[in-house]
Amino acid sequence: MNTSKTDTGGWQARQRKNTVRLRYWTSAWVLSLAFAAFGPKLLWDFNTGLTILGVVINLAVGFGMIVANKQYVQGLDEMHRKIFLDAGALSLGIGLVCGLGYELLEDIKLIAFQPEISHLIILMCLTFLAGLIMGHRKYQ
Amino acid sequence: MKNRLKVLRAERDWTQARLAAELDVSRQTVNAIEKGKFDPSLPLAFKAARLFGMAIEDIFQDE
Repeated sequence: MNTSKTDTGGWQARQRKNTVRLRYWTSAWVLSLAFAAFGPKLLWDFNTGLTILGVVINLAVGFGMIVANKQYVQGLDEMHRKIFLDAGALSLGIGLVCGLGYELLEDIKLIAFQPEISHLIILMCLTFLAGLIMGHRKYQ
Repeated sequence: MKNRLKVLRAERDWTQARLAAELDVSRQTVNAIEKGKFDPSLPLAFKAARLFGMAIEDIFQDE
């Protein structure tokens, strides 16, 4: 009876491949971002041509990461895609509301420092992670 | 939505992983469907019906 497919077949193999590809592109993007951010100061003394090249490489690798992420999501089964979508919606909503609120705090002089985009990225990442955990718990 | 996936799987002595491989989804998805926590899409319900050689309404029932 158990002859046609194995437990490690189709979906799992495809998912593993997509995860590895996404990990590769994400790592490359982080490295290219560091290269574009620190290269001008530490490596080539703000040479304009090299700085532009660093930014272009970062953007190109970033688009590769976006494509890899799209393939990753398309490879998910329908329940995991729903979990991913719900977490993304939560992250986007919180990012939009809290991001604009955060910016407003500085405009109306309730905080003395300049809002940092990195704070918003961290908040969105944590929200997305929380959304994924909640989604997996919901369907456990 | 109620369903008879667990019963049908047990009749064939299949594990959740085996059924997941047959349906090309994750084992967690099969588990969630069996527990009634996740309702499958129509294409997946058709796939399950074809796999067990039954009509969709014989496997899935609206509560």
